[in-house]
Amino acid sequence: MAEYVYDSGGPLFHVGRYVLMVKRSIAKPEKAIMYWKETLRQMYNIGVGSVVIILLISFFIGAVSSFQFAYNLSKSMVPMYYVGYVVKESMILELAPTVSCLILAGKVGSNLASELGTMRLTEQIDAYEIMGVNTFSYLIGPKILAAVTMVPFLVTIAAITGIWGGMISGSLSGYVSSNDYLQGVLMTFEAKNIVVMLVKAAVFGFLLTSISCYQGFYAHGSALEIGKASTTAVVLSCVMVLFADLILAWLLL
Amino acid sequence: MIEVKDLYKSFGDQQVLKGITTTFLPGKTNLIIGQSGSGKTVMLKCVVGLLNPTEGHVLFDGQDYVSMDLDEKNKIRQQLGMLFQGSALFDSLTVEENVMFPLEMFTKMSKSEKQDRVNEVLKRVNLVGANKKFPSQISGGMQKRTGIARAIVMNPKYLFCDEPNSGLDPQTSIVVDELIKEITEEYNITTVINTHDMNSVVTHGEKILFLYKGNKHWEGDKVSLFEAENKELLDFIFASDFLKEARNVRLDKLKKQI
Repeated sequence: MAEYVYDSGGPLFHVGRYVLMVKRSIAKPEKAIMYWKETLRQMYNIGVGSVVIILLISFFIGAVSSFQFAYNLSKSMVPMYYVGYVVKESMILELAPTVSCLILAGKVGSNLASELGTMRLTEQIDAYEIMGVNTFSYLIGPKILAAVTMVPFLVTIAAITGIWGGMISGSLSGYVSSNDYLQGVLMTFEAKNIVVMLVKAAVFGFLLTSISCYQGFYAHGSALEIGKASTTAVVLSCVMVLFADLILAWLLL
Repeated sequence: MIEVKDLYKSFGDQQVLKGITTTFLPGKTNLIIGQSGSGKTVMLKCVVGLLNPTEGHVLFDGQDYVSMDLDEKNKIRQQLGMLFQGSALFDSLTVEENVMFPLEMFTKMSKSEKQDRVNEVLKRVNLVGANKKFPSQISGGMQKRTGIARAIVMNPKYLFCDEPNSGLDPQTSIVVDELIKEITEEYNITTVINTHDMNSVVTHGEKILFLYKGNKHWEGDKVSLFEAENKELLDFIFASDFLKEARNVRLDKLKKQI
């Protein structure tokens, strides 16, 4: 209800309101087909809309990692094919899920917060409520669901692109040949690491969308508040993604 | 019928509504008027359930809306239509999709039935040809008419309008007012309008509620308005010399008729 928009309080108040928001956003939809349509729209926006930036970022991360590992290994006795192994493992376990989600927190998070904030300020959310629409489950639920399903895809793309970028960078720099790099990539395969990557991606996707939606949904006041909500959404999402990264590493590895 | 009983609303220490009791006449145009900050919008939001009153009751046909749970409220809400101050059209949807949204969400009508209903309503508000336009591509007056079309598409029993004339030129304001009035009579809707617009007040006010500093200060209709002796009301309605003169002319006319 709009009522809660005007309330404010300390950190515990926000945690409580956030938990209630998430609970309400997974309520049974009034008409499943409408929610499905909205989920597909969000999947397109979050997933397809972020592919280019994810490709770019992950390619360069992989390329730089490969070059720097190769540079360091070139001064040691460690075989150069280890560059491929190290880049693969670091991309899968850390760089692809974490860095991609930090980027997504900036791109998707600010977008969601400002979209919902604008809807709140222009009374569009009130208009939904007056019709009897459960605004939590219609406006927030599909966004969370879309992120939880699409972010693992994006992270998988990021991991593959990063490893590929590492191979190109390694061979262009002359430190490690493509064959050596691929030998390192194919040296071992830990299925568990892929699972960890996908779990991280889903959790980070949930965190960055739910936190951003919270900031936007409860924005009130002037247009200035939308900017504030977007900034808070990005900063909080990034911090929570990094915090969750540590917790998941402890729990899953 | 909508009855409001002892309605109080506070935000922290600030008491905005101070025990308002009134009845909105069924099938008529009911106006809530008052200065900025007098509590009009808060009262309207309490009546439609966007805000929970601190104390008091809002009865829709005798059912207490305030104490209902969300599911029961949602059933009542499907009988409400609301036109917001800024129209509150959904930016990502076209005019047609905006109007169709409640039908899509809450009815089992076939696609052609929904389309027919949307076309009928858009025709009623004189918006033929704007179906595929987005809210950002149409004028303020057209946005208001789209908002009215969306509000009445489900055949509501009650229509609430929050400052329907705000941001409109005088001529478009009259068009929007006339449209609301006609729809109220045609569909026998109970309409509650929150307004600052004096033309609306003197032309359409079948029931007028004047709020002053969160209190009900005066209640009447467009005829009794001219005879009212309430200072705050007169200062508010007939604020300029021109309007004071207009009131005197109207009073003379009424006296001659008597």
